[in-house]
Amino acid sequence: MADEDLLCLGGKTYHSRLIVGTGKYRDFAETRAAIDAAGAEIVTVAVRRVNITDPGKENLLDHLDLSRITILPNTAGCSTASEAIRTARLAREAGVGTLLKLEVIGDDQTLFPDVAATIEAAAVLVKEGFTVLPYITDDPIAARRLQDAGCAAVMPLAAPIGSGLGIRNPYNIKIILEQSRVPVIVDAGVGTASDVALAMELGCDAVLLNTAIAGATHPLLMAEAMRLGVEAGRKAFRAGRIPRKLYATASSPIEGLLQ
Amino acid sequence: MRVTLNGEPRDLREGLTVAELVGDLGLRARRIAVEINLDVLPRDDYPRRALCDGDVVEIVQFIGGG
Repeated sequence: MADEDLLCLGGKTYHSRLIVGTGKYRDFAETRAAIDAAGAEIVTVAVRRVNITDPGKENLLDHLDLSRITILPNTAGCSTASEAIRTARLAREAGVGTLLKLEVIGDDQTLFPDVAATIEAAAVLVKEGFTVLPYITDDPIAARRLQDAGCAAVMPLAAPIGSGLGIRNPYNIKIILEQSRVPVIVDAGVGTASDVALAMELGCDAVLLNTAIAGATHPLLMAEAMRLGVEAGRKAFRAGRIPRKLYATASSPIEGLLQ
Repeated sequence: MRVTLNGEPRDLREGLTVAELVGDLGLRARRIAVEINLDVLPRDDYPRRALCDGDVVEIVQFIGGG
């Protein structure tokens, strides 16, 4: 295809630029249907203790088509660098590869990342061979530090996780995009299709979201809306939008006007 | 012998290997990872690693998450 526009992450290419989480769904069937409707090729998962007294018959991974979907383990819930490193090592041993969403939470109420701890953990994990995708604030300096540490992408938040507020600071995202040599993925805080379209119009390489789909009244419809939003925003970015001007420019020619 | 398994004390028979424990728990076919005393245990070592009194064992899996 002449018009192939692929996302490249950790040496692998993807057609979809929408990465989705697998949390908060009613059941595994809905999770799978939402991934399909979103057209996602990368999905995030969390690492948690097996319930020893009731291990259960089914596991999330049994319900996903792993020949088509890349699993992106997340260090969600970790609040120190050492916890995140420990979780990452366990995730890798569970056998889904080296791709890792690095998340070190600094505060329970905002779920903002602990940037210093994230940079510390990233440096260790990159050396251990992980393809590290860090969740960070929309801070261009933090993005630069993580890129310098060898991260395969940077993932600034749009707004607090699960808030649905959309991109609060598009100007910071733009600065991050201008400075970045690695893919920029907006992660967390988007609420609806126009939010993801805006992220892609700014030039972001992908969007990662969970609650905006799982928490919608009709998750599958929203998953489709998000897919279309990402596609529309990406195409608009590549098409090159017209500049904003204060005054009108007529669409019809002046020549030949009745006198 | 007593080990701590996923945060709970558990009495297990002497010399039980990690492979046997995983089998007893019905997790053999599952994508899991095992950590003993804060060190990840490679899958190939499950049959060789016998648990010892006082070991702190964590068994994790992937669940839905953002």
